[in-house]
Amino acid sequence: MTTVDRGSGHIVTPLPFPRYAARELGDAQLRTNLRRATHTIRDKRLRVVGEVPEWEALRWAGAATKDDALARLPALLEQFEAAATARGATVHWARDATEASAIVTDLVRSTGTTEVVKVKSMVTQEIRLNETLAEAGIAAVETDLAELIVQLADDAPSHILVPAIHYNRGQIRDIFRARMAGVDPDLGDAPAALAEAARRHLRAKFLTAKVGISGANFAIAETGTLVVVESEGNGRMCLTLPETLISVVGIEKLLPRFADLDVFLQLLPRSSTGERMNPYTSLWTGVTPGDGPQNVHIVLLDNGRTATLADPHGREALRCIRCSACLNVCPVYERVGGHAYGSVYPGPIGAIISPQLAGQDAGFNRSLPYASTLCGACFDACPVRIDIPRILVHLRQSGVDAKRGRPSAERTAMRALSFLMRDRRRYAAALRAARRGAAPLRLGRRRDTLRRLPWPLSAWTTSRDAPLPPGETFREWWSRERA
Amino acid sequence: MRIALFITCVNDLMFPGTGRAVVRVLERLGHTVEFPAEQTCCGQMHANSGYRAEAMPLVRRFVDAFAGYDAVVGPSGSCVAMVRDSYPHLAEGDPGLAAAVSAVAPRTYELSELLVDVLGVTDVGARFPYRVTYHPTCHGLRMLRLGDRPLALLRAVGGIDLADLPGAAECCGFGGTFAVKNAGVSGAMLADKCAAIAATGAQYVAAVDNSCLAHIGGGLSRGAGGGARPIHYAEILASEGAQ
Amino acid sequence: MNARDEILSRIRRALTAAPPATAAPATAAPAGAVSGAALVGAGAAGSGDVIALLADRLVDYKANVRHCPAGSVGSVVGELLAGATAVATPPDIPADWLSAWTGTVLRDGAPEPLTVARLDAPGVAALTGCAVAIAETGTLILDTGPVQGRRVLTLVPDHHICVVPASRVVAGVPAGFAALPDPSRPITLVSGPSATSDIELDRVEGVHGPRRLDVVIVVDAQ
Ligand code: SF4
Repeated sequence: MTTVDRGSGHIVTPLPFPRYAARELGDAQLRTNLRRATHTIRDKRLRVVGEVPEWEALRWAGAATKDDALARLPALLEQFEAAATARGATVHWARDATEASAIVTDLVRSTGTTEVVKVKSMVTQEIRLNETLAEAGIAAVETDLAELIVQLADDAPSHILVPAIHYNRGQIRDIFRARMAGVDPDLGDAPAALAEAARRHLRAKFLTAKVGISGANFAIAETGTLVVVESEGNGRMCLTLPETLISVVGIEKLLPRFADLDVFLQLLPRSSTGERMNPYTSLWTGVTPGDGPQNVHIVLLDNGRTATLADPHGREALRCIRCSACLNVCPVYERVGGHAYGSVYPGPIGAIISPQLAGQDAGFNRSLPYASTLCGACFDACPVRIDIPRILVHLRQSGVDAKRGRPSAERTAMRALSFLMRDRRRYAAALRAARRGAAPLRLGRRRDTLRRLPWPLSAWTTSRDAPLPPGETFREWWSRERA
Repeated sequence: MRIALFITCVNDLMFPGTGRAVVRVLERLGHTVEFPAEQTCCGQMHANSGYRAEAMPLVRRFVDAFAGYDAVVGPSGSCVAMVRDSYPHLAEGDPGLAAAVSAVAPRTYELSELLVDVLGVTDVGARFPYRVTYHPTCHGLRMLRLGDRPLALLRAVGGIDLADLPGAAECCGFGGTFAVKNAGVSGAMLADKCAAIAATGAQYVAAVDNSCLAHIGGGLSRGAGGGARPIHYAEILASEGAQ
Repeated sequence: MNARDEILSRIRRALTAAPPATAAPATAAPAGAVSGAALVGAGAAGSGDVIALLADRLVDYKANVRHCPAGSVGSVVGELLAGATAVATPPDIPADWLSAWTGTVLRDGAPEPLTVARLDAPGVAALTGCAVAIAETGTLILDTGPVQGRRVLTLVPDHHICVVPASRVVAGVPAGFAALPDPSRPITLVSGPSATSDIELDRVEGVHGPRRLDVVIVVDAQ
């Protein structure tokens, strides 16, 4: 196995998932907020997806287009670079988070400005761009409402699409009242009033900013076009008004043709906000004289994407269009929220993408693929048909394989079980032993369950009773009755 | 038609009554059931926990034990899904095994698939005069796509009072080793499922999988769920009157 | 090796070591599902059904919709501009659209481009046409072509009036994209007034983009 170049940045969880989960489970307000929001969006998504009779065909088309793009990625990247350059953009390449942040920081510095406006983007969080800019004395102003809330609260995002999903309206009002300069002290908690407050707060910044920073939802190889999908108009402000625009784009965002957008602009809004179409989508190709930024930069980022591409059983994760449908339907995410995943990418996609981008040895990334019951709701919702449960199992297997040399109680147990079950006689004997071993536990009991088991099975009995085996196995009955 | 019973290791040890129920239902419909004694475990727990190498001998053993039958029937959605959905992936790169898998896997059915699709029956002549709610397990719902089949069978049961389960499609929180590795989250999901069951006022909660039912039952026996008891739906289909 | 060459060679290495299956079962689409183009949105462009659908979808996302014959655009626009302090337009705005407006007209680029500050003044409304409208999603596509002007025109003012000839209304997204003459122009898709779903994942209209969107559908235009 050749080594691959893993990514770095905010894609490494510093603690095992169960540790974070235990902390988050204790927050009753968080669970109420998450339940309300995820159930709202689930219903909306189902309604608008139900309007499209060709939905399944669209999902197949989306998956096939992404796979085709990944299979031809070198040629498409070169085509994209040539097309964007011909239209006046400058294209940069970055191997990892550090390199990408440094490129952006240098570009901002060369304009002489100390404040930039940002369109919400996952990839700039992945590379910890705001932190790097801050070290260089440059303030990055998040302009998406939810990002603004999180930034004002000095908190971390907890959702791909709605980073402040863990707050309800009352909590958001409190954050605004406490942290937003010049805010009305009597601000109420009606969503329209909160949106209005954000509008006033950011207006002057939009109109005077010299540099805008964005990611991109899609990059079109054929034309060199970038696409940003948004709702509030903050994206349009950042993409239109500044003199300089810098966009950081993961190399997996490439689509071969302009016409491919048809499929993705049908899949994405319905899957993410549960709308037929999001309020605003902006497309731009390099520089347009007299209209918008005249100084346009694009940073193409690897940061573990090529490492992900190298695994044929996991590369499908690169199809992801970050719609967040898998988070919204995930029963585990619904109970613990995004912070439990320790990475900018939470939920089911986070559980498969962080360990692939940064590697399973990074931090406690190895714990992430176990953060799932494999219930399959994510696969059903995914607009590009990423078989997340299959990849979770694959990552569990490759994670276990990588640690084969080292002793572990779990592996010993798994080996012993496998050994027993490979032979009928051994297996039958083990079943008999298990049944007899449990017999004393039954003495004098009225119930067929046990309230407490010894460690490590005590984890089972913390929240539920354990069943006891009955007096006869099936195969004993069969040989007595039928054989 | 040669029908083989795939009992599954959990049912063999813990829930033999479910296996006896499958035999009773099929015999009542005039079929003969065979029990290949060489069978042990399908390897699901190993494979899903990351122990692929430990699972592979069990995959081989399964396809050997069940070769040559017209139908293999298992009273477990997740074990049947393991055979049908995961075996082909696990066998990739081993042409001999892949061929054996492709001979057996498509003929491996969950009980409701065998009854409804292969044998064309929905009324199996059962009687069960109780209020029952049905939890469609994740593997049954989203991997095997059992759809309405188990409910169609239950609806035809004499005397039954079927209650809709609110949020039925939501996972109960079992997930194999998830229940132990992430016990806290699993418990939170279980509590919500038990509350939904309680809201139906059912005396029994039925499902296609005893492993999910053991997890749910473990929560119910602590008083959640309003007194409902877990039951494998095969046992309802086998029933001929009051329990 | 520079970053560009290194990334490209990493990708080539990844793809050569494990070449993607050309028709892997995971991505083999069922028959008839290979391309999404023309999947969604049947119905003839400009037909009554398509116009009705557009209006329905626009209203659903809180835009105001007016229908009128070509001869009445000026009077409808005049009504919609009631209360505005000025109207900003692209340089090539048809004169009859403003026939009933007696207030200030800010014509972009005639001769100077309008400043952002001017557009941001209270009460300024923008009046434009559009390249194409998509009925099924209630979407207006602006591509800076005829009667649309620069992007800033429809962004900074708080009120946007868009005049849509019925002949420019197509049924679905693929037809909308196919109708665009030049993909390399700046393109903006507008579906309702600006909105956010960031508070409890519920949609509220009105954030940074225009909070009022009026759409005038010109029913007998060719
Ligand atoms: S994995 Fe699929 S569902 Fe999840 S965010 Fe990505 S595209 Fe959306």
